[in-house]
Amino acid sequence: MNTFSPFTLSSLSFLGPELVLLSVGILLIVVDLFFENRLLLPWLTAAGTLVSLVLLFNSPSGIVFGYMYVVDAYSVFFKMVCLVGVLFTVLLSERYLTTEKLRHGEYYSLLVFSTVGMMAMVSGGDLIVVYLGLELMALSVYCLVGLLKQDSRSNEASLKYFLMGAFSTGLLLYGISLIYGLTGTTDLSMLSQRVVSLDLINNHAFLVGLGLVLVAFCFKVAAAPFHMWAPDVYEGAPSSITAFMAVAPKAAAFAVLGRVLIMGFADVHIHWGPIIAFLAVLTMAIGNIAAIAQKSLKRMLAYSSIAHAGYALLGILAGNNEGLSATMNYLFIYAFMNMGAFAILILLCDNKRRGEQLDDYRGLAKTNPLVAALMLVFLFSLVGLPPTAGFIGKFYLLVAAIHAGYIVTVVAAMIFSVISAYYYLRVVRYMYFENAVQETAAVSISPGMTAALVLAMIGMIGMATFPGPILSFAGKSLIGF
Amino acid sequence: MLSKFIFLYCALVIVITGILAVRFRNPVHSVLAVLVLFFHMAGLYLLLNAEFLAAIQIIVYAGAILVLYLFVLFLVNIRQEIKTERFVANHNISKFISFLVFLILIAVTQSFRLGTPGKWTTDAIRQATHTKALGIEIFTSYILPFEIIALILLVAVVGGILLAKQDKQEVVMAQKEGSGSLTRGGKK
Amino acid sequence: MIPVTWYLALSIILFSIGMYGFLTRRNVIIMFLCIELMLNAANLNFVAFSHYLTDLHGQVMTFFIIAVAAAEAAIGLGIVLALFRNRRTVYSDEINQLRG
Repeated sequence: MNTFSPFTLSSLSFLGPELVLLSVGILLIVVDLFFENRLLLPWLTAAGTLVSLVLLFNSPSGIVFGYMYVVDAYSVFFKMVCLVGVLFTVLLSERYLTTEKLRHGEYYSLLVFSTVGMMAMVSGGDLIVVYLGLELMALSVYCLVGLLKQDSRSNEASLKYFLMGAFSTGLLLYGISLIYGLTGTTDLSMLSQRVVSLDLINNHAFLVGLGLVLVAFCFKVAAAPFHMWAPDVYEGAPSSITAFMAVAPKAAAFAVLGRVLIMGFADVHIHWGPIIAFLAVLTMAIGNIAAIAQKSLKRMLAYSSIAHAGYALLGILAGNNEGLSATMNYLFIYAFMNMGAFAILILLCDNKRRGEQLDDYRGLAKTNPLVAALMLVFLFSLVGLPPTAGFIGKFYLLVAAIHAGYIVTVVAAMIFSVISAYYYLRVVRYMYFENAVQETAAVSISPGMTAALVLAMIGMIGMATFPGPILSFAGKSLIGF
Repeated sequence: MLSKFIFLYCALVIVITGILAVRFRNPVHSVLAVLVLFFHMAGLYLLLNAEFLAAIQIIVYAGAILVLYLFVLFLVNIRQEIKTERFVANHNISKFISFLVFLILIAVTQSFRLGTPGKWTTDAIRQATHTKALGIEIFTSYILPFEIIALILLVAVVGGILLAKQDKQEVVMAQKEGSGSLTRGGKK
Repeated sequence: MIPVTWYLALSIILFSIGMYGFLTRRNVIIMFLCIELMLNAANLNFVAFSHYLTDLHGQVMTFFIIAVAAAEAAIGLGIVLALFRNRRTVYSDEINQLRG
């Protein structure tokens, strides 16, 4: 009997960042139970995230637990994106939770647990680990979306998200089961060998299985035509969680898409390339065109996040390292600009108004010039106007897609980018060229909010002026592939 | 021959109860149909020499999950069903989609062939007993997923309580309207 | 020996029934049950393939899927309860307004 155990205590040193987060999550529940002072919790979470971020760059890389857990530069990059997303969310939540009268302890610990799930997903070397990480992430986020229990919009959003999420899990598992039957393994690196050795590249059953997996992840990244849950869920969820969902879970899902498609099934690129191209164009079209008609800024940002998923797909579509590194780079930049825009939205949310309607932004430049100026930068970056970081991200994506030969897709992406300028710049027009409809209260800035805004600005300016380090980091992390 | 007969019986019951579960108007009937389905699923697992999973299927699926569903059904008023809008608006389109998926999947069974076999032959499993064989796998190669499962269950406990618990304000509101809802129930 | 395609065909039928129910029904509890049917179809595939491949990975996967399904059911039903509470209060508010 085989009693070989891949587990040794030393494998735990590879899991440093995850273990730190895990202990913080459990600590938060305990602290919430025994200490009255709730203001401690966000700072504890932020400190835990920072420690985890530091450990991330200092822990060894390798493959542990048999072949289950892959700690490589690729996973480190995506873990970094997820951790940055969580850090922002925690800073944004500090004041928002008190405004919305949300419970604190469980909020932060669920946030942290979902991040552990994302890290497991990103590092998963076996489809089982990917699936379980996905579930850990998704189950925590379902709860977080439904946390505004008094608000029926939040309830319905969480129900809808749960139903769609569970449905897509069903598709994912059925796809995995077909792939398992055809190859006899769920180990990603062995899968790619067996696909060649068993000659499955043109096997219909295999392609259907892969298709089901692909559809499930399209649900997760909200790519059209599987996006229909996203606008309602993003609108109903607490604003801080909406910001979180648009950045971190999406990045994790893209990481898995990249690992599965480009690492596991690169040989099948001829089959999935055109499909992804079609989905990318459709996603950009639906996201950008539907965003024009929105009256609520939160819903508009929801559609914009769908559109941005379409842009990020362009890099996956290229099917090579250049494209994948462009996608990684773009997701990192998107984390900063999206979090910045949501920070402003949450900043304007107080007891009287929710800061979600476009009308709330009329005349903002006169009442709060600094806030309006910050929003201006984030919006310009979301459009992708030249001096901003958003432009740099989009530029590399388009170049990668052109090099891979998808000229038509790139032209479509540029057209939709121009369309998107209309609705982003409409907000700018409201802020600068119109008068306020109602009396606006003074904006109260909390330490967490200040930190988030400063961090977002530093990130944006840094990436716009010195994009080199991040680009080369993203590029280098793919060398081992 | 006998195993084929058992398979056909289980498959027939599974398909019939599956269709019934989807068609019943009353959710309690659906849950009961699914209960029968799960028992026959366990029968198939036995046929496949997976005794431990058959037991788990009955204990966890039929015994825990479905009972949870029944509890919730009795907690919420059945007459006042909780509904959501369809994700595909048109009834015919959703019929078409599911039928299309069915046809595609059936069509590709033609090209289905089994992959590279592993080392756990039926005899090896029988020698070690199924539970032990599964235990060896779970606690050696699959120790990391097992730990993640522990975390998932923790999240389920925290999240489930958080969502289902009544807040203090809600309790007050419910008490205020308590008498009103009683008379409303009586009138129906 | 039963051919493996029999199991595959049964799981396909079960999966399609689940999908059909999920897409056509509006009752949330029945939609949950339909998702359970889809998961069971995948489970059946895993166990059957694992038996015919003489490999235990598929059965381990089934074990994990059942555990996750339990967690999923707990959270899903928690969401339903929260929604139900909210709708009930909304409903009774309407009644009160009418009596006004």
